[in-house]
Amino acid sequence: MSEPDVIIVGGGLHGCSTALHLALRGVRALVLEKDHIGRHASGVNAGGVRQLGRHAAEVPLSVASMALWHGIRDLVDDDCGFESHGQLKVAETEAELDSCRERAAQLTALGFTHEEVVDQAELRRLVPAIAEHCLGALVSRRDGAAIPYRTTFAFKRKAESLGARFHEGAAVARVARSGRNWRVETADGAAHEAPVLVNCAGAWADRLAAQLGEPVPLEVIAPMLMITARVPPFLKPVVGATGRTLSFKQFPNGTVLIGGGLLGRAHRDENRTDLDFAKVSTNARTVWDLFPIMRSATIVRSWAGIEARMPDDIPVIGPSGTEEGVFHAFGFSAHGFQLGPIVGRITADLITRGASDLPIDAFRIQRFRHTAAAA
Amino acid sequence: MTDLKPRYDLAVIGAGPAGLAAATLAATRGLSTVLLDEQAAPGGQIYRAITRSPVRNPNVLGTDYWHGADLVGPFRDSGADYLPGAAVWSVSRTLDIGLSRDGAARILPARHVILATGALERPFPVPGWTLPGVMGAGAAQILLKTSGLVASGNVVMAGSGPLLWLLAWQYLRAGARIDAILDTTPRENWRQAMPLLPAFARSGYVGKGLKLLLEVRRKVKVIGNVSALRAEGDGRVQSVVYRQGNGAEQRLPADTLLLHHGVIPNINLANATGCAQSWDEAQRCWVPDVDGWGATSVEGVAIAGDGAGIGGALAAEHRGRLTALDALHRLGAIDRATRDRDAAPHREALDRALRGRDFLDALYRPGKDFRVPADDTIVCRCEEVTAGQVRDAVKLGVSGPNQTKSFLRCGMGPCQGRLCGPTVVEVIADARGVSPAEVGYYRLRPPVKPITLAELASLPKAEDEVAAVMHH
Repeated sequence: MSEPDVIIVGGGLHGCSTALHLALRGVRALVLEKDHIGRHASGVNAGGVRQLGRHAAEVPLSVASMALWHGIRDLVDDDCGFESHGQLKVAETEAELDSCRERAAQLTALGFTHEEVVDQAELRRLVPAIAEHCLGALVSRRDGAAIPYRTTFAFKRKAESLGARFHEGAAVARVARSGRNWRVETADGAAHEAPVLVNCAGAWADRLAAQLGEPVPLEVIAPMLMITARVPPFLKPVVGATGRTLSFKQFPNGTVLIGGGLLGRAHRDENRTDLDFAKVSTNARTVWDLFPIMRSATIVRSWAGIEARMPDDIPVIGPSGTEEGVFHAFGFSAHGFQLGPIVGRITADLITRGASDLPIDAFRIQRFRHTAAAA
Repeated sequence: MTDLKPRYDLAVIGAGPAGLAAATLAATRGLSTVLLDEQAAPGGQIYRAITRSPVRNPNVLGTDYWHGADLVGPFRDSGADYLPGAAVWSVSRTLDIGLSRDGAARILPARHVILATGALERPFPVPGWTLPGVMGAGAAQILLKTSGLVASGNVVMAGSGPLLWLLAWQYLRAGARIDAILDTTPRENWRQAMPLLPAFARSGYVGKGLKLLLEVRRKVKVIGNVSALRAEGDGRVQSVVYRQGNGAEQRLPADTLLLHHGVIPNINLANATGCAQSWDEAQRCWVPDVDGWGATSVEGVAIAGDGAGIGGALAAEHRGRLTALDALHRLGAIDRATRDRDAAPHREALDRALRGRDFLDALYRPGKDFRVPADDTIVCRCEEVTAGQVRDAVKLGVSGPNQTKSFLRCGMGPCQGRLCGPTVVEVIADARGVSPAEVGYYRLRPPVKPITLAELASLPKAEDEVAAVMHH
């Protein structure tokens, strides 16, 4: 078997997307995944495809990614279950509505117009089931949701059809220089070499970074979600709240997904999470308040994925600060799903052209040089 | 839920023979013990409604059923607290038990937990099994025990295994009519089972079993070597179509089709708690890993009875007592020597009760065609996913049940895979040409029983929230 041009560590959405964008340019990637494709955050997240409310540094990337989402079938030959009915953040008080207005104004000043404030009447038109006390919302109309595992799997399959290779069950044990190449040894005793190495290892990415001499203060988190039995359709957009933690949406099959980032406990060495039902209950009370229609709904399952969070809540994207031929894309801090299509392209640009036309300075790994050393 | 203590030494989940025996022994010997059970009355499935069955004629349900009453009396006197009507939807590794009762949820902490969740019927996915009028023999037996109800009209039973014959016998005793029994036990099973026959012949079952079998065979037409089966009907089952060996298709009119091909451990709660499990080739199912005391891979969590591998009702009782003794030891109430000494008679009784089990496992192992259905048969009833869809996903590179779950929503419905898990595993393993051991099983998630949003919202607030309020 011929050696690849690029070795990507991590078969989540970002690893698969990077492999796809490389394959589209004729660059052969080998993806090493310790479990199976989309096993962790990429396969079990809430599936929100959201520009709304993003960190200013992420907005240009998110907007560019949204364009890819709206043509996702052309990119991966599968619609990924993507539906665009908008996302909104409900304001329950005048103060919250004011903060929505401020946010929209900030974005406008930056030159982006995708977020707008709507009044109570428009909120009720968009979300007829919303509780009466809600006064308005911040809305991003082209946002939506997709099915996470299906999406990640579609990226993998398309990349594979174009020549990328995937090794599942291949945990990286050691990374070292070997002449001009990187030599990557896996726990099953195999070894692979390529001139370029990409770190898309999600909640495990700090270990690879540390091997490369650039430790990062990555926190392993376990955002919790729950889902209901089917109820008659009552909701199209994805709904969040301004003053509380919530992500709420109904699938076409009638089930309702409730999340929003409340955290359980992650045990990354055991691939395991523990749920915290006291916090799940907090989420349930938020839904109780905002959607009276849901009070008799039945919760059939809850779960948590294992995800990486950086101290400043934005990812690491870009070249290594210590080694030639190494690139990072990790630490998406529980909102990386929507960015998947574009970050794969950015990383492919960095590898094949040495630059990206999107602003990625804010995501440099060097920003942690001092904090990680101090930690 | 006013009468509960804030915390127990031991919580036992499930009031079948294993749970009743465990709770009785533990409470009698001084552990503060609570028995949590979903049903309104003790007995589990095997002794369902033992304290309140309307079927008072002891000859209908048989003496083995009425033995259940011998477990309930001592339990009532044991001092254990008993919480019927309680759905346990989560047991955490910190031994916090999430339960719902009367529309409210709460978290009950315990120092040790015994899961006695018993068995459930192995899914029997034949074409038409989702039609109204088709049900599990176990469900029919529950109706008989709890309400004295039997199916009317044309009744056909199909499948394999002791419970099928027991139900037929009970039906006949209750005066019900059975048109035919379609026996799907594969002929070649006898070859595997024969070497195990001597041990079975020394067990207590053989005499009773033979008598029961002969009585049923005298009264009902039994059609053996059935190799294919489907239910047909417009809106509900109207006929059963079957094939004997390689013979032509035959048709029987049927208003009710009762299906059964064995029971498997109900592992959902143990799985969601994180107890390690392994594929049991002999019983053809996933079984939690337990030691001789029922201890699982999760500290403080033990499993007693059929939930840790099918052994039957009598074995369950003895296994219950062994797990209770180990709980006493682990909680510091008795030393190791006392535990071992006191366990001796129960271990002996357990060995006796398990004698001949290998023979039954081998003889009644379901045929492949009934475990690995054809493409157009629905395997996941909640999401209406067919075996063919699962095979197509495997062709795309989907390698295990957790991936088909994410991909097809197969197993994502309210039953949490109870009705499809075993079949999906068999279909994937067969399509990949590997053992189910390699394919794995669903990672199940709490709540393992559906709870309402209202129940969940009623849980006490998170500690940090409470703390935040206190500090303001």
